[in-house]
Amino acid sequence: MKRFSQLLIAAAFSTAAFAPVHAADIKIGVGQALTGGGALYGKAIVNGFEMAVDEINQAGGLHGNAIKLVMEDTKSEKGAAINAYKRLIFGDKVLAIFGTTVSNTAQAADPTAQAAKTVALSSSNTAYDITSIGDYIFRNAVIEADVLPVTVAVAKEKLSLKKVAILYGNDDDFTVDEYDIFKETLTEQGIEITTEETFVKGDVDFKAQLTKIKSTDPDAIVIAALAEGGPIMVQARQLGIDLPFIGGNGMNSDKIFTTAPGVASNDLWVGSPWSLDNDTPENKQFIADYNARYKVNPDQFAAQAYDAAHILAQAIRGIQLSGDVAADRAALRDALPNVTWTGATGPFKFKRHLDRQGQPTGYDADQTAIVSVTRDGRFVLVD
Amino acid sequence: MFAQQLINAISLGCVFALFALGFTLIFGVLRVVNLAHGAVFMAGAYVALVVIVHLGMPLWAGLAAAFAAAGLLGAGVDWLILRPLRQREAPELILMIATIGVATILANGVRILFGPDNQRFPHGLLPEDVIAVAGIRVTVIEILIILVSVALMVVLMYAIQGTRYGRALRAVAESPRAARLMGIHVERMFFSTSFLAGGLGGVAGVLIGLYSNALYPLMGEPMLLVGVAVVILGGMGSIPGALIGGLFLGFSQVFSVAYIGSSARDAIAFGLLFAVLLLRPQGLFGTAAQRKA
Repeated sequence: MKRFSQLLIAAAFSTAAFAPVHAADIKIGVGQALTGGGALYGKAIVNGFEMAVDEINQAGGLHGNAIKLVMEDTKSEKGAAINAYKRLIFGDKVLAIFGTTVSNTAQAADPTAQAAKTVALSSSNTAYDITSIGDYIFRNAVIEADVLPVTVAVAKEKLSLKKVAILYGNDDDFTVDEYDIFKETLTEQGIEITTEETFVKGDVDFKAQLTKIKSTDPDAIVIAALAEGGPIMVQARQLGIDLPFIGGNGMNSDKIFTTAPGVASNDLWVGSPWSLDNDTPENKQFIADYNARYKVNPDQFAAQAYDAAHILAQAIRGIQLSGDVAADRAALRDALPNVTWTGATGPFKFKRHLDRQGQPTGYDADQTAIVSVTRDGRFVLVD
Repeated sequence: MFAQQLINAISLGCVFALFALGFTLIFGVLRVVNLAHGAVFMAGAYVALVVIVHLGMPLWAGLAAAFAAAGLLGAGVDWLILRPLRQREAPELILMIATIGVATILANGVRILFGPDNQRFPHGLLPEDVIAVAGIRVTVIEILIILVSVALMVVLMYAIQGTRYGRALRAVAESPRAARLMGIHVERMFFSTSFLAGGLGGVAGVLIGLYSNALYPLMGEPMLLVGVAVVILGGMGSIPGALIGGLFLGFSQVFSVAYIGSSARDAIAFGLLFAVLLLRPQGLFGTAAQRKA
């Protein structure tokens, strides 16, 4: 009887293992933050990516085969991200990985992809050192080092900035990278820094830092933050600080309008290669499709993820899939740098990244940023 | 700037104290480091969210629901998990580890039900006005938190010092065995203390959720870290200690940011904590453990 029930259990498990995967499906791993601090971007990213993949599959797939996504949650944690990548690379044997959401986890997990010679393409990592990891690391997100100087220059001109205060999270690779870049570009552009204040993840109260900032009388506040961005703006307005905020990629999400509701989110200046107001035919189509499918407007994260899927697909179209995972991964890596695509974010191509010693390593996005400012619940292009 | 930072320090200190009041009861009476208290705090906030958003009820109903739900949760944890372990005379460390398990289950459960995104209480639940007087600005919720934490402290102190129930509580805290010999129903005391502490945690969850505009499944974790520090600083089981300890930590955090530097904030705040403990290991208001012959 015991033997029979053991057999029964074994049979149940083996039938469960026969999930509907066709032998020739092209497997792409998705390692994004479905939970944790990065989830507010991760959700939009996965939405954009999935919508693009469905479009591609409906149009006949690639080489006649469908793209199958294997989802893993990086939980916005370094350890979980590494494990997610390992499962995708060695367990599911994916052709490439679309990940991660935040630079902090990419710093930890991308070396695994590099060592396993599997392409990792991110649509949202913007800290400088991510693509320094190696030549299998790609991103179609414009890095902070290219965006922030543009944002600061435009804000400086429109707001006649002479001095600013900086507020940043000092326990995260991304926000620290932003701080370094902001500091460098502010100094280059001759803007005085009145004070530098910090916070850490999990803080709920920023009033001490904001009160100190207010007392130094800056013209604007430069902010490098992720999920804390909304509460910071709310508390600043509560303290009577009506100054403009100048932010980086972490402040680019539409979530700011829910976390800092009403007038609290106004007057936030950010740079991005994408804007809801950008009237190109590809963008208009993308926005309409996204609205129809998800019933909300897309944001920059959704747009870049959408383009990332198409860029990856375009590279796959150009290679021969032999069925040998290692050979296919290498072929994809060789084809990807040459891909050009015009999508929701406009014309796109890669550019080679140089690490801090000047050596060529991975691939960054070659696009220009445009500056927007928040007004009454949306990002408006600055003319 | 000083006056504004003073208000900031008082309100932050009371935020810490609010969480610590329930925590110190468990710590002091049950002698358990209840690391599920953060999750109970969080669950109370979410229950209030459901009551207010999905049932459309006003804030006071949300607070009452949070108190009841979190209280039941706290009591449930005691009844289902801590009591069997106590009966088996498990060491306190095992009870603490069990509460970590509970915290994980609760946080994951809430995440599955509500998603990991930050939620917030709806607009206009409390007047969102900022009161500006003599150059300082304070919000309605901050005033509410200060008043509630002081009021709770007074009420709890009276309850513990001046009522029969409080006397029984103090007896159990000192020695469960002796209390049992005196005819006090010890298990019932543990149960009701867990209910009370949980309820206080739930109320704290709602108020702090309103203050920070962020409800998320792990919102109890940063509070727990601070809560442990506050309770140890103030003295385990001491109600005034929870308030004074909370204020101490709030002041050291705010003033080190204001006058020294925000990066040094935690180093200074916890350094001061350490210094106090070196001088007075039982905490500011704690009673030193006495050896029993």
